[in-house]
Amino acid sequence: MSTATLEPRVHAPRNYLNADYGWKSWLFTLDHKRIALLYMVSVSFFFIIGGSFAVLMRIHLVEPQGALVQPETYNKLFTLHGIVMIFFFLIPSIPAVLGNFLVPLMVGARDLAFPKLNLLSWYIYIVGGMFTLYSAIAGGVDTGWTFYTPYSSTYSNTQVTAVAIGVFITGFSSILTGLNFIVTIHKMRAPGLTWFRMPLFLWAMYATSIIMVLGTPVLAITLFLLALEHLFHVGIFSPALGGDPLLFQHLFWFYSHPAVYIMILPAMGVVSEIIACFARKRIFGYKIIAFSSVAIAVLGFLVWGHHMFVTGQSVYAGLIFSMLSFLVAIPSAIKVFNWTSTLYKGSISYEAPMLYALGFIGLFTMGGLTGLFLASLATDVHLNGTYFIVAHFHYIMVGGAVMGYLGGIHFWWPKISGRKYPDMWARIGAVIIFIGFNLTFFPQFILGYLGMPRRYAFYPAEFQVLNVMSSAGATVLGVGYMIPLIYLIWSMRYGPISEPNPWGATGLEWKTASPPPTENFAQIPVVTEEAYAYAPEEAAGD
Amino acid sequence: MSQPIVPQKTYVMVFLGLIGLTILTTGVAFIDLGPFNTVAALAIAFSKMLLVVLFFMGVRHSSGLVRIILVAGFFWLALLIAFTMSDYRTRSWTPAPDSWSSSAPPTHP
Repeated sequence: MSTATLEPRVHAPRNYLNADYGWKSWLFTLDHKRIALLYMVSVSFFFIIGGSFAVLMRIHLVEPQGALVQPETYNKLFTLHGIVMIFFFLIPSIPAVLGNFLVPLMVGARDLAFPKLNLLSWYIYIVGGMFTLYSAIAGGVDTGWTFYTPYSSTYSNTQVTAVAIGVFITGFSSILTGLNFIVTIHKMRAPGLTWFRMPLFLWAMYATSIIMVLGTPVLAITLFLLALEHLFHVGIFSPALGGDPLLFQHLFWFYSHPAVYIMILPAMGVVSEIIACFARKRIFGYKIIAFSSVAIAVLGFLVWGHHMFVTGQSVYAGLIFSMLSFLVAIPSAIKVFNWTSTLYKGSISYEAPMLYALGFIGLFTMGGLTGLFLASLATDVHLNGTYFIVAHFHYIMVGGAVMGYLGGIHFWWPKISGRKYPDMWARIGAVIIFIGFNLTFFPQFILGYLGMPRRYAFYPAEFQVLNVMSSAGATVLGVGYMIPLIYLIWSMRYGPISEPNPWGATGLEWKTASPPPTENFAQIPVVTEEAYAYAPEEAAGD
Repeated sequence: MSQPIVPQKTYVMVFLGLIGLTILTTGVAFIDLGPFNTVAALAIAFSKMLLVVLFFMGVRHSSGLVRIILVAGFFWLALLIAFTMSDYRTRSWTPAPDSWSSSAPPTHP
C-alpha cells in the first residue's frame, strides 16, 4: 500500500555511483566513469595547489619591491605554479576527466578498450604528483617549468631531480590514456557510428591522443638524458662535457609545444558540443572542424623552434619555424569561424555552459592572435621573455583550456552526477571568471609590451598600477573559481534530480540514464543519424 | 586475433641473432673504420630494431592499421631529427655582423 509510493525514492535506479560503496570500490574500480571522478578530485586538488602559488605571486607583485616573499622563494613559486598547473592540471584535465567519462559513452561502448591500463594511468599520475609535492615540501625548485639547461643541470641547488622524476612518471599516465582512447575510438564504435558521425569531441580526443602517444616519450627521454648527464657526466646538454644546451630546448619543446594542443584541442571539442547544443543547430562545417583538429595535432609538432628565436638558434631554422607557426593559425581560425557560423541564425540560449563556450571563443581568439606577434621573428625579439608572453599563453591555457574544462563540467554535470546545479549561480560564476580573467591578464599584455620581463620578483615603480590591476583581477578570478566549486559540491547532495537529457542534446551519452549504469547501456546502441541532428532538415542536406 | 602461431624456434633464432649482432657491435668498436664507425654502428642497430619490430612485436603479421601507427612513430622521430638538424646545419651560415656593417651604406650623417 503506502510503501509503493516510497519505492522510487528508496530504491534509486542502479547506476555507477550507487553500484558499490566503500573506498575499495573506488580505488580498485575498473569503471571508466569512476576513474574519471578519481581524476576529477585529483586534478581539482592540484588546481588548488597551483592556484595558491599564483595567489602568493600576485600578492607579492602588488608592490614594486615585492610585498611578500624573498626573491628565491618567488622563483620557486612561479616554477611550481607552472609545473603543477601544466603537468598535473591542464594536461590531464579534459582528457582524463571528461575524456575518460565520455569517450566510451560517446562511442556506445561499455568501457574503454583497456580498463586496467586506465586505472594504472591514474595511479601513475598520483605517484608522479607525489614526487612533485615532495619536492615542494623539501625545498622547491627554481628553474622555471621549462628546466632549461645548463641552469637545471649544473647550477640549481634545488629539487630538480625529484620534480623531473615526477614529470617523467606522470608522462606515462598521459601515454596510457592516449593509447586507450585511440584503440577505443578505432575498435569499439557502436554499429552505425562511422568516423564522420562521431561527435567532434571524439575527433578532438583522437587528435589529442596522437600527440600524447607520439610526443610524451620525447619529454621522458629528455628528462632521462638530463638525469644521465647529472649522474654519470655523459656530455649531452652541458658544453663543459661536449654537449649543447640548445639541444635540451629542441627536445623539450618538441613535446612541450604540442602539449599546448593537448590542453586546447579537447577544450575545442567541448566547445563544439556546447555551441551546437545551445544554438540548436548542426555544427557548421563538421568535416573541416574534424580535419582541423588533426591538422593542428600534426602542424603543432613542427613549430617548436618559435620558442627559441632569441636563444642562438640558426636564423634560417627560425624562418622555417616562424612560417610553420603561422600555418597553425589556419586550422585554429577555421574552428573559430565555423563556431561563429554555427551561431548564425541559431536559437541561442545562454545557459552556463554556453557562457563558458562563448568566453572560450573570445579569449582563445585573443590568445591565438597575440601568438602571431610571437611567431614573427622581429616582434618576438622585443616581446620574448616579457609579460606579453605570460599574458598570451594564459589567454590560451586559462582563457581557453580552463574555460573549456569548466564549460564541459557544467554541460555534462547532470550526466556525471545525476543532479542539476543552481543555474543563476552558475551564470554569475561564469561571468565573474570572464571578468576576473581579463582584469588579471590583459594588463600583462601592456606590461610586456612596455618591457617588463617575466620571472622577476621586482619591477620599476611605473609598472605598479598595471600590476595592482592584475593582482586585483586575480582576486576576482579566485572568487569566480570558488563559486562553481561550492555549488557543484552542494549539488552532489542537494541539487534537484536531473532527467537523462536536460539540455535536449544529441549524442549517445544522452541516450542513457543520468547517472549512467555501470555498463553504460542496457543494449549497445545503433547509430542511424549524423552528429548534431538538432535541425534534421539541415542535417539531411549536408 | 587471427595472427598465425609462430614456432618457438623462430623466437630463439631471433634472440640468438640479436645476441650475435650485439657481439658484432662490440667487435666493430675495436676496429677503426674512420668515418664509417658511426655508419656501421647505426646499420647494426637498425638491423636489431627490425628484428625486434618484425618478430618480437609481431608487426610481420599485423594489420595495416598497426603498420601505419608504427610508420607514424618513425616519421615523427624523423621530424624531430630533421628540424633539429635544420638548426645545427645552418647555424654557421649566419652572416657575421662585421660583414653587414662593412657592406652596408652609412645611414647616419
